[in-house]
Amino acid sequence: MVDTTAIGKRYAPVTYAVGREKIREYAHAVGETNPLHLDVEAARAAGYRDVVAPPMFAAVYCSRAIGPAMFDPEVGIDFSRLVHSGQEFTWGPLVVAGDEIGTTLTVKDISERAGSGFYVFESVSTNQEGDVVCVGTWSNIVRGA
Amino acid sequence: MRRDVVEHRARRVMQPGDEIPELKVTPDRYLTVRYAGASGDFNPIHIDEDFAKQVGLPGKILHGLWTMAQVARAQTEAGGGPQSLKRLQVQFRGMGVPEREITVSGTVHEVRDGVAVVHTIAEQDGKAIIRNAEAELRVE
Repeated sequence: MVDTTAIGKRYAPVTYAVGREKIREYAHAVGETNPLHLDVEAARAAGYRDVVAPPMFAAVYCSRAIGPAMFDPEVGIDFSRLVHSGQEFTWGPLVVAGDEIGTTLTVKDISERAGSGFYVFESVSTNQEGDVVCVGTWSNIVRGA
Repeated sequence: MRRDVVEHRARRVMQPGDEIPELKVTPDRYLTVRYAGASGDFNPIHIDEDFAKQVGLPGKILHGLWTMAQVARAQTEAGGGPQSLKRLQVQFRGMGVPEREITVSGTVHEVRDGVAVVHTIAEQDGKAIIRNAEAELRVE
């Protein structure tokens, strides 16, 4: 039986300072060629303060917020049988270099089907102006032994 | 990574049934190391061939969120830039591996109130590694 007592648990917000070179490094790693992600002048000409993070950069600014839940003994995930099964992101205003993104993680659901545990986390990421820039739903399966 | 030439064109009108331009990418053998550094996900199943085999995998596997980023890139290139992507939902299936070509293809399912819903799949060697992906793109 999976333990569902952690449902609803919320973790302390984690702040991530978005750096220009980190955006460039990420953009290169995922094959982005749009100059908005790479070239400060191109980003400014398009009306942005600095280079723009690709939407999937959410994986970077959320990652340190996910850890505490994934490793929380009260959640009880067995890493040797863990599969990242699904992911959803909904985006608000674009993130640019210089932003400070705070992410709060909640245990949305834990359930059991056919001997496997299903763990769903929700992340809400907000910029320094209070705009929600990304809501993420992280679905994980811990396969039955 | 092989870098395909991409046009950053203005967003276009989309109709149900339209296909978004196919995205093809072949991650090179060190891609997972670069993505680990870029993302902070250093799980050894992605970067250590011996470890991956010890835990029963065929070898190093791609990060799911890297593959999802390819699905996202297909949408933003079709939609005219990062501001076009409102939402993306995917299911991870199977395992992507380095050095094999990945193809991302998608079809516009419906267009309503200036938002196109695009159904997308990412395949490698004829098998879906991301399926049931659904994107919402601003088209106006």
